[in-house]
Amino acid sequence: MHMIPVETDILQANQHWADDNREAFLRYGVYVVNLMSAPGAGKTTVLEKTIGRLKDDYRLGVIEGDLVTTIDADRIAALGVPSYQITTGTVCHLDARMVHNAIHEFKIKDLNLLFIENVGNLVCPAEFELGEDLKIMVYSTVDGAEKPKKYPLMFHEADAVILNKIDLLPYSGVSLEELIRNVREVNPWAPIFPVSCLTGEGLSDWIAWFRLEIAEGNTRMRRRASAA
Amino acid sequence: MSIAQSVLDIAFGEMEKRAAGRVQKIKITIGEFSGVVKEALEFAFDVLKPETPASGAEVEIEVAPLTADCAKCGPIECRLNDLNLICPICGSTLHISGGREMRVDYLDIE
Repeated sequence: MHMIPVETDILQANQHWADDNREAFLRYGVYVVNLMSAPGAGKTTVLEKTIGRLKDDYRLGVIEGDLVTTIDADRIAALGVPSYQITTGTVCHLDARMVHNAIHEFKIKDLNLLFIENVGNLVCPAEFELGEDLKIMVYSTVDGAEKPKKYPLMFHEADAVILNKIDLLPYSGVSLEELIRNVREVNPWAPIFPVSCLTGEGLSDWIAWFRLEIAEGNTRMRRRASAA
Repeated sequence: MSIAQSVLDIAFGEMEKRAAGRVQKIKITIGEFSGVVKEALEFAFDVLKPETPASGAEVEIEVAPLTADCAKCGPIECRLNDLNLICPICGSTLHISGGREMRVDYLDIE
């Protein structure tokens, strides 16, 4: 018996696929957003509202990730936006290889903005790079102010945090101030957008920031490099 | 489960390079501040190992602690169960220096 040193990153295979994706997105000039949240936080609704305000200005596409069903892809298709559903079966997150396969389902060169809606899960999607420019986290404010402390990883990894369902705050007993403070402690650099998809409150701030990000082509790597 | 599978794929890749038949031990390091829970990973290995060249292998999982430092004030003690990346001394943003690892360290093969 003998010992062989390996010293290899467990996620290296995923990283290779993510690098390939990033290269393809750069080549075709597609800005890519990875949308993450727990189930039921309102990712698809935030996406619908965002698409509604952007679809005249960008050539959009959406990749939907879910364990089963095409309900979300159907909702996006109803907006007249090309969508493709990845059903992961039992896998609780999207990985870069799944996205690599999915982009062949699009005429990627016809797009300049691609949303990837990850599987609803508050932990695992945060570990898997997909080759995206931005990681956006959607969080339902009524789920409580303490979750950023209990599940810090996704909040930490996000380039922006959308705090959704603020219209329900008066009925929930959740302090928005405390929630924002907790997000800030695990992620001091990401902008935070409290929004209501029902009333439209706060959406304009999110959209204005997002348009600027796309316009500046601010990639995730460049952002982190300047934050460090 | 996909993390455990990735570990085994890396191990089998190394074994193939060296024409090794069996692996007896796989040593990995998982950061405390990663999306992986040690117990869940151990369970995943128990499910995946049978009927592979790693069926009898021990998997040792070392958990690397979360560490952080401030560019101005140096290392700052940080606890995962009350993570705060704002420096308590100067208020600037802390940089995470450990706890995000996911690494296969070495194999014992025969």
